Amino acid sequence: MRIKAQVAMVMHLDKCIGCHTCSVTCKNTWTNRPGTEYMWFNNVETRPGTGYPKRWEDTERFKGGWVLKNGKLQLKAGGPISKLMNIFYNPDMANMEDYYEPWTYDYQHLINSPKSENLPVARPQSMITGEYIDKPEWGPNWDDDLAGGSESVSKDPTVEKLQEHISTEYEKTFMMYLPRICEHCLNPSCVASCPSGALYKRDEDGIVLVDQEACRGWRFCMSGCPYHKVYYNWNTHKAEKCNFCYPRTEAGLPTICSETCVGRIRYIGVVLYDADRVKEAASVEDPQDLYESQLSVFLDPFDPEVIEEARKSGINDEWIEGAQNSPVYKMAMKWKIALPLHPEYRTMPMVWYVPPLSPIMNHITNEDDLNTDGYIPAIDQMRIPMQYLASILAAGDVKVIRKVLLKLTAMRVYMRGKTVGGVDAFRQSELLKEADTDPEEIEDMARLLGIAKYNERFVIPTGRREMDDDLYYQQGACSLEDLAPPEGLTTYASGRNTKPGEMVTFTSGGKK
Amino acid sequence: MSEIFWWVIFPYATLVIMIVGLLYRFAFRQLTWAAPSTEFFEKKWLRLGSPLFHWGIIFAFFGHIMGIVIPMEFYQVIGVSDHLYHMGAVYGGSLAGIMTVAGLIILLIRKIIIDPVRVHATFADFYSVIALVIVAGIGTYMTVFGNYTPEEFDYRTAIGPWFRSLFVLDPKYQLMTNIPFLFKLHTLTAFGLFASIPFTRLVHFYSIPVTYPKRAPQQYRSRSQYQKKSS
Repeated sequence: MRIKAQVAMVMHLDKCIGCHTCSVTCKNTWTNRPGTEYMWFNNVETRPGTGYPKRWEDTERFKGGWVLKNGKLQLKAGGPISKLMNIFYNPDMANMEDYYEPWTYDYQHLINSPKSENLPVARPQSMITGEYIDKPEWGPNWDDDLAGGSESVSKDPTVEKLQEHISTEYEKTFMMYLPRICEHCLNPSCVASCPSGALYKRDEDGIVLVDQEACRGWRFCMSGCPYHKVYYNWNTHKAEKCNFCYPRTEAGLPTICSETCVGRIRYIGVVLYDADRVKEAASVEDPQDLYESQLSVFLDPFDPEVIEEARKSGINDEWIEGAQNSPVYKMAMKWKIALPLHPEYRTMPMVWYVPPLSPIMNHITNEDDLNTDGYIPAIDQMRIPMQYLASILAAGDVKVIRKVLLKLTAMRVYMRGKTVGGVDAFRQSELLKEADTDPEEIEDMARLLGIAKYNERFVIPTGRREMDDDLYYQQGACSLEDLAPPEGLTTYASGRNTKPGEMVTFTSGGKK
Repeated sequence: MSEIFWWVIFPYATLVIMIVGLLYRFAFRQLTWAAPSTEFFEKKWLRLGSPLFHWGIIFAFFGHIMGIVIPMEFYQVIGVSDHLYHMGAVYGGSLAGIMTVAGLIILLIRKIIIDPVRVHATFADFYSVIALVIVAGIGTYMTVFGNYTPEEFDYRTAIGPWFRSLFVLDPKYQLMTNIPFLFKLHTLTAFGLFASIPFTRLVHFYSIPVTYPKRAPQQYRSRSQYQKKSS
């Protein structure tokens, strides 16, 4: 057992109102420089729709993620040798057409234009070439809120896979929002795709980062990530990606997308997992078993054995406590109401989604159907087809989605019953039985999903600074790195090389 | 006197510029060290030009090793006749050369006519492509149209020994005085190109990820280790 800690996120889709505040604050924080205009570390997609970049879920074209070949886990785009053979031209990479050509408007013209008969206009201008564009024809949220519905819905790879006519007629149409960031996977295919080894998973918190100095711009991460969340900066020629706002999370603050989320849909917490089991769990035969096998790598933070092992692996008590209070652990592992996005990519994504409940398709004519058990058939008639949710969040396994929706419905019925009466009937109901839950769990769920405050939604232990090298040195040198003598050149015998209880003696000029 | 300049001072000076420049850039300008791809802007022409050029120049590179670095005696020992070597060099070299030049011309045209690519191409980018066209163009012309039979001129008796002598610090510049002009030009432009490598995108040649197939697919790094590495 090799225990590692992972900072993870849950998004409660029921509460997402599609306001894009997360995307905007993320962009203002990280990607408003030349070369990064088209990068959306966080974006919100309207589903069904093409997503960003266009049709990113089309893994047959972009060849992202992993596949199981002869029982062995392999990159879908091919292993290192085939990558080196294709290093001069990556056939799988999405290019600017699949994203969009970033543009701005010639606002100066509004101010500087001479007096004229007609009002001056600000013409769109490419941020790549500086040329005027006649009219922008695609952008990051072009199909927002089903804009261009009938056209873009049919281009959604998930819809194509369903092989079922999804009606876009006004009264039968449906939609939901899907905010996406980097999944900070347990088995990241971008990391495995990088020829230079520039991408890595941080030991301390599992955040996947790009070493900007080691990146050589080979671009295999771009197509290697099935979620298309690694971007190529055309200005610096290096890859960039969502970094889970590590300067904030290290300080115990939530990511900027979570901090500013209007609907408070996001939850951040720590989970403990067994790194030795990841590969095995990602290699199960049936893609529909991947969800369960992913759950099996996580460890119960209350188990004394796990706690002891975690301490041995250098995880401190603050982080173990964080894992115990983790909202992610509760929702994804304990209550099992949060699901991973596209588990079939075998990357073991660590951003989890609580599927949305949606209005019921048919009018319920008989009012008796509105009793507790009447909701059970209603689940199957929700406006968002369960197959659609299943192919996004459960590798097509409708049973998984149904279970979650039942639980969420049971929660609603129970909480409603608490105010208008009917709790007793609920306790005896089939709904409670089928949802496989109990009132206590429901109360906990309702609190976390509905009214949880900031410090319940975000349980983020601070970065483990005490594990850094020679803190004694940094005490005086922090922010003076250029002036202070380099670490190790002149040092005191202290810090990590000193065993607990050992006398710290002063030596000058000694190398540790 | 000029012979000493061209065949002793110039090669050493250019190699020193290359090595010192590369070390400096590696140490202090690591963030600029990349293969500056424009695939994001344009894929269709790149698909044709880039593999053509790169594979061509890789073949040409090994061809040069076979002709310049490996001594002629080696071939005689293993029983490759001059005629056989010459046929291999002419046909193999022509193929590699034509691939390289054709790829370069496609890439150069692409660089000029595709708007986003042109707008973001620097002087150094154009310089390196044009310099490669000149060096590779002369080399290919020599191979394809030169029609030098081994009896007339065999570079394995002149350029090869001279090149090797550079690395044992005993430059035999006399060998280079009487070789055909195009060979002189090809050699000198090539050394000029070497000197420019640290200042252009060509540095990515030195970071071919040969260790990739051997390394573990998943990379973990701890923050404190990372800090140690970068400090």
